[in-house]
Amino acid sequence: MTGILWVHLVKDLRIEWRSREAVNSMLFFALLVVVLFSLSFDPQGAFSRDIAGGVLCVATMFASVSALNQAWAREIRHQVLDAQRMAPTPGADMFLAKVLANFLFVTVVQVVLAPVFVVMYNLRILGDAWKLALVLPLGTWALVANGTFFAALSIRSRNRELLLPLILFPIFMPALLAMVLATGSILTGDSDPTLWIKLLLGYDIIFTTVSLLLFEIVLHAE
Amino acid sequence: MPASSLAPARPSLCARLDQVSKLFGSFAALRHVSADLESGRCYVLLGENGAGKSTLLRILAGLLHPSLGTVRVFGDSEPHKARARIGYMSHAPMLYDELTAQENLRYFRNLYPGRDCLTPAEALRQVGLDPDLDRTLGQYSQGMRQRTSLARVLLPVPELLLLDEPFSNMDIESARQMVELLAGFRQTNRTIVITTHQRDLAAPIADWIFTLHAGRVASFDPGKPSV
Repeated sequence: MTGILWVHLVKDLRIEWRSREAVNSMLFFALLVVVLFSLSFDPQGAFSRDIAGGVLCVATMFASVSALNQAWAREIRHQVLDAQRMAPTPGADMFLAKVLANFLFVTVVQVVLAPVFVVMYNLRILGDAWKLALVLPLGTWALVANGTFFAALSIRSRNRELLLPLILFPIFMPALLAMVLATGSILTGDSDPTLWIKLLLGYDIIFTTVSLLLFEIVLHAE
Repeated sequence: MPASSLAPARPSLCARLDQVSKLFGSFAALRHVSADLESGRCYVLLGENGAGKSTLLRILAGLLHPSLGTVRVFGDSEPHKARARIGYMSHAPMLYDELTAQENLRYFRNLYPGRDCLTPAEALRQVGLDPDLDRTLGQYSQGMRQRTSLARVLLPVPELLLLDEPFSNMDIESARQMVELLAGFRQTNRTIVITTHQRDLAAPIADWIFTLHAGRVASFDPGKPSV
């Protein structure tokens, strides 16, 4: 971790600590999705284990979109991004700090959501529960790394709230499927999720690298 | 200088605009603007809203690329490469509402590693603000935000200061203090470009006064600096 990355990260965390905009909006939205699904399907036993992975991932995905948009809206609000562009530091540090900050915010939401989720869906994990500690961070990283990049790409657009999910969701689809299938495998204990975990890891490495390489162009685009 | 009187490059040349045009779609914000900016001079840009003043400043800052023509800042044809030596102040504060002035400035200071920057407290004192003020920027008045924004620009001790409407939202006394401060910078061989609607305020430090009209240089007159 370079010093500049740390400078950006501390700033992002401090601003979120004071405003709590991202975490509050994500938490409220994710809780709403989880509760509404549990009321709609009345999940019990094996059925709840089948759908739980999908519900958790989709709830996280939709909730994250608001936070991802807010992350860059803050930089645009008083043209702070222009001041950052004037500084002689690499954009990649700013991007990676933003991804780390968003990753932490989404993780906080997942940690709060998890017990509610277990209770509402009467879950009992039949597979290796510890593997969730691999699947969820890897899936979350895939979401926030792509989401942060595409949010930056769409930030100058007038319809950015609409544009971000339109670009992000199709590209995130392979990671979403891997995340849902891996979570489902762990919850039901029916199959081995290792292949899906490897896929998530590969996806994270490729998309994070590409985003880092392209971010400088996005940052200085007019 | 206007296009017709481009002087050969001199060692003291800070920036040169040569036939610069900027198009936004079919709208030409700047049309064939040429000028030489010498080190240690203060240039005041006048013009009505939409005349192209801010666009010109953003091109000099390297935040916009000209559609036609060339810009050289500190001899480099890509101004963004010289960005560490340029201080740009927009009409927006370019700071975070959620942080205090000190926190904002500390953050930006850290983005200039290896450069001999002012401390946040020094920069705030220079613009007449109390560095110990423990309020977030969101609770500042417009004038105080404007001063904090200038303090941010001063942090890396830039050699070229580009100030877009620096006196807006300021009371007369604060604006005069800022003019005196800028006069001091000019004496340290720093180049200043100011856009303003308040000609009377900026005139005492102006070496040259540009007037832009519909993206063209309408006039280019010598000033009578008195501060």
